[in-house]
Amino acid sequence: MASLHVELVAVERMIWSGEATQVLTRTTEGELGILPGHISLLGQLADGGIVRIDEEDGEQLVVAVHGGFLSVTEKGVSILAELAEFADEIDVDRARRALDNADLASDDPDERQAALRATSRLRAAGQSV
Amino acid sequence: MGAQLRVLRRRIRSVQSTKKITKAMELIAASRIAKAQARVEASKPYAEEITRVLSALASSASVDHPMLTERENPERAGVLVVTSDRGLAGGYSANALRTAEELMQLIRSEGKEPVLYVIGRKGVAYYRFRNRELAGSWTGFSEQPRYEDAREVGQTLIKAFVAGKDDISATATEGLPDGGDDGIVGVDELHIVYTEFRSMISQTPVATRIVPLVVEESEEEAPDGPLPLYEFEPEAETLLDALLPKYITTRLYAALLESAASESAARRRAMKAATDNADEIAKTLVRQANQARQAEITQELSEIVGGADALTAAGSDS
Repeated sequence: MASLHVELVAVERMIWSGEATQVLTRTTEGELGILPGHISLLGQLADGGIVRIDEEDGEQLVVAVHGGFLSVTEKGVSILAELAEFADEIDVDRARRALDNADLASDDPDERQAALRATSRLRAAGQSV
Repeated sequence: MGAQLRVLRRRIRSVQSTKKITKAMELIAASRIAKAQARVEASKPYAEEITRVLSALASSASVDHPMLTERENPERAGVLVVTSDRGLAGGYSANALRTAEELMQLIRSEGKEPVLYVIGRKGVAYYRFRNRELAGSWTGFSEQPRYEDAREVGQTLIKAFVAGKDDISATATEGLPDGGDDGIVGVDELHIVYTEFRSMISQTPVATRIVPLVVEESEEEAPDGPLPLYEFEPEAETLLDALLPKYITTRLYAALLESAASESAARRRAMKAATDNADEIAKTLVRQANQARQAEITQELSEIVGGADALTAAGSDS
């Protein structure tokens, strides 16, 4: 089966790259699944969202991605993120506290961003928000 | 011990302890260059990727974004100067400030008014001392900038640029900008002055315009044939709106990282020169001290011999 080359790039470093069978995420327009051979696409990922990468060996990689973009070309998928964190590295309690402190409906853009970041982390860690 | 010798010994001790400090600073700076260079390397994949995406976007869609087009009558130009927080880095901050001054002169000669933004305590002190107004200043991260720092700076600059679009409202008195509908006097273009890291021994300050933007082509070879046709989600305009500020922030972040590497390199060189200098001074002082010691011994000897001679002479007389 054809595979998909995926690169996950954060601002400060390349976080992960490898072969995958599919990538699932959500853009600002809605849910999106990418299989090998997908048409070229540029998308803005929804803030506070997650990206699921199904690796070739059957493992699932869940990443909290905030402020990200997705670009699909014939070479593969690259995900650009301002913040990206693997699900198993997330400190759930801290994210929960951060969400309690920040209000999603706040007028202050910084606070809203903080709340969205926390949401993204909690979702990636499999918590309900 | 003679007074001269004591003074010399004290000076030698002082020079040697100064040397220890400069040597330590040199070593710290050297290790920081390596770290800063590694961070420049690590940030490259993102920068390349976002440049590629943006080139694809700009070429696929005929978009007329305000950040990509020059304004008709630019009146104010924002200038961001990147300097260091601490001194003892040779001419690092002074060179950046001089380049900034040249740039501002150029801006003035084009009939525009420069608006200053400064990063680094040294730059802030320089302009405060000259009573120049700063539109914004940030300190405390010049040696180890983080992406959040770049984002904070970027947000302020982009806000100023966006606010600059409508500086003169219909009700304003002629020639006097009142900030337009939003009441904020903004800027019409943005420049950045930072120090490029060429090599361990050569760092040069450079001035570039970041907005209106010229998308730098990625260094990769152009792919054969036309760029692939992209689908956009959301549509190209919205995407460009979201992507351009991020691209500018990335450029800022790259400039900050490079300046940090340059700062450490300049500091390492300055401290190496200071250490070598201290070595030299200590050597001369040790020579002088030895000479003084010898002179003291000779004098003591001749005094003893003289005294003994005098005693013998007095004895033979009697």
